[in-house]
Amino acid sequence: MTLAIIVIYLLVVLVVGLLSHRLSSNSGEGFFVADRSIGPFVLLMTLFGTNMSSFAILGASAQAYHLGIGVFSLMASSTALVVPVLIFFIGTRVWELGKRHGFLTQIQYFRERWQSEALAVVLFVVLVALLIPYLLIGVMGGGITLHQITGGQVPEWVGSLAVSAVVVVYVCVGGMRGTAWVNTLQTLVFMTLGAVTMIVVLRSFGGLGAALDLVAERRPELLRESAAFRPLQLLSYTFIPLCVGMFPQVFGQWLSARSVAAFRVPVIFYPLCVVLVWMPSVVLGVLGNIDFPDLVGPQANSVLIQLIAERTPQMLAGLLGAGVFAAIMSSLDSQALSLSTMFTQDIMRRYVFGQQMSQARQVLSGRLFVAAVLAVTFGLSLILKRSIFGLAMWSLTGFAGLLPVLLAALFWRRSTAVGAIAAVATVVSLWLYFFWRGWGNPGYSVLDSGVMSVTVIFAASSLALVVGSLLSRPPEREIVETFVS
Amino acid sequence: MRALLYSGLVVLYLLHNDWWLWNRDGRVFGLPVGLAYHVAYSLLIVVWMALMVRFLSPAGEPAAGAGESHGGDDG
Repeated sequence: MTLAIIVIYLLVVLVVGLLSHRLSSNSGEGFFVADRSIGPFVLLMTLFGTNMSSFAILGASAQAYHLGIGVFSLMASSTALVVPVLIFFIGTRVWELGKRHGFLTQIQYFRERWQSEALAVVLFVVLVALLIPYLLIGVMGGGITLHQITGGQVPEWVGSLAVSAVVVVYVCVGGMRGTAWVNTLQTLVFMTLGAVTMIVVLRSFGGLGAALDLVAERRPELLRESAAFRPLQLLSYTFIPLCVGMFPQVFGQWLSARSVAAFRVPVIFYPLCVVLVWMPSVVLGVLGNIDFPDLVGPQANSVLIQLIAERTPQMLAGLLGAGVFAAIMSSLDSQALSLSTMFTQDIMRRYVFGQQMSQARQVLSGRLFVAAVLAVTFGLSLILKRSIFGLAMWSLTGFAGLLPVLLAALFWRRSTAVGAIAAVATVVSLWLYFFWRGWGNPGYSVLDSGVMSVTVIFAASSLALVVGSLLSRPPEREIVETFVS
Repeated sequence: MRALLYSGLVVLYLLHNDWWLWNRDGRVFGLPVGLAYHVAYSLLIVVWMALMVRFLSPAGEPAAGAGESHGGDDG
């Protein structure tokens, strides 16, 4: 029954994605940015769905299992503030520049802004490298979900393969419009089912108060924020959501908006969506300690699914499992599409076909790369077993560290390509250093102070960008005037 | 108005760091006090963003011809 419901859900997703194809022009702009026609509600749903991955569902509940309610403070409420601000100040500007210049990718924008092929190549490599772990957690999450929801009957690789295959099909057929439509469906599904899950599970415990009383008896520290972080850690964690500004998939979604007015609904209601998804994940993660007190490390990745299987009727478990799949695929599709867009536009079209790539060939290239990316990621999921939250944190840290590059491009006339390259090199160097220092130490902070490495990386990349820019020749005024109002 | 709304963002950032609740027990509306605070905080952000949208134009008013629908999605 559970498996049947999930299969039916996946078929519904496929149909929606396939139907979206009918409304897209068969052009690069149609495939990669939906002809720049996405309206406000769909824009909200797709932006939010993209950012709510298995990290927000499985990873958050796993982290809350270990560290308690403070996980909401660390990630959710900081996201609720930072992301709408990014959309308001940056997303709208990116949209306007994309509309004016016809950009389809971040790389195109940065290349034209600073007239630098070197920067474009370096950024392409770094952005792809940072996005792979984020893709990986989605594929892993699919495997974990299906394995647990079926009581271990279905191997993890089957679930991983299922999400990868479904995403490949509807992204290849529908492109950005397909992902937007499917993300709208999937976001509504996982928001609704997340709330239903929390209500049903709480009722099985005898209500919220009774459930929290049980936690208070066994793990009282989980009901205090102090179990999750130190004060300086909370302060520095607000740098993590800055990563959204440099996500290739979010950049593409900003470019796909119908108008600047379409951004109003996402700006206002994004925080509400955060509450509706993160609160159930965190609360249920904490409650997982009652039924499953002995989960260690990455074992907690499945605590939400185990709770669902344990405490909900079978049919509902299937629906709730589908809800988790929805969250996973709503990120996986746009991530894969963004990589495909970058590869097609920034590598194939730029360097292989010399801008003479036909629309049909662009679309074909995009489709082939989506399939290749997800095939590689599926392969990696078979051999790598890590904490979903941990993998995500490293990916997000890198993207957050790169945000000064975008801020300088949008707002600082004196910034140069040299400064931008210096910033990227600084991010890569420090990211590798802190990754090495934090290896095997989930609670790592700089000098054990509680300060997250993302804060240091962000500050250092900003400094490198300023110094590099000031020490290099100023950009041409005419080009700057085109991009910085 | 612009200065007020921008200042509000700074205040919101400062309010995010609820160190006075860091080690507190107790519940509000059934939720642990730290969680209840941050849920309320997130909902306050909805209100503030609505004010930002209402009183401050997003950057980059559409250029001539921009924002026209190409058979776009509803919503």
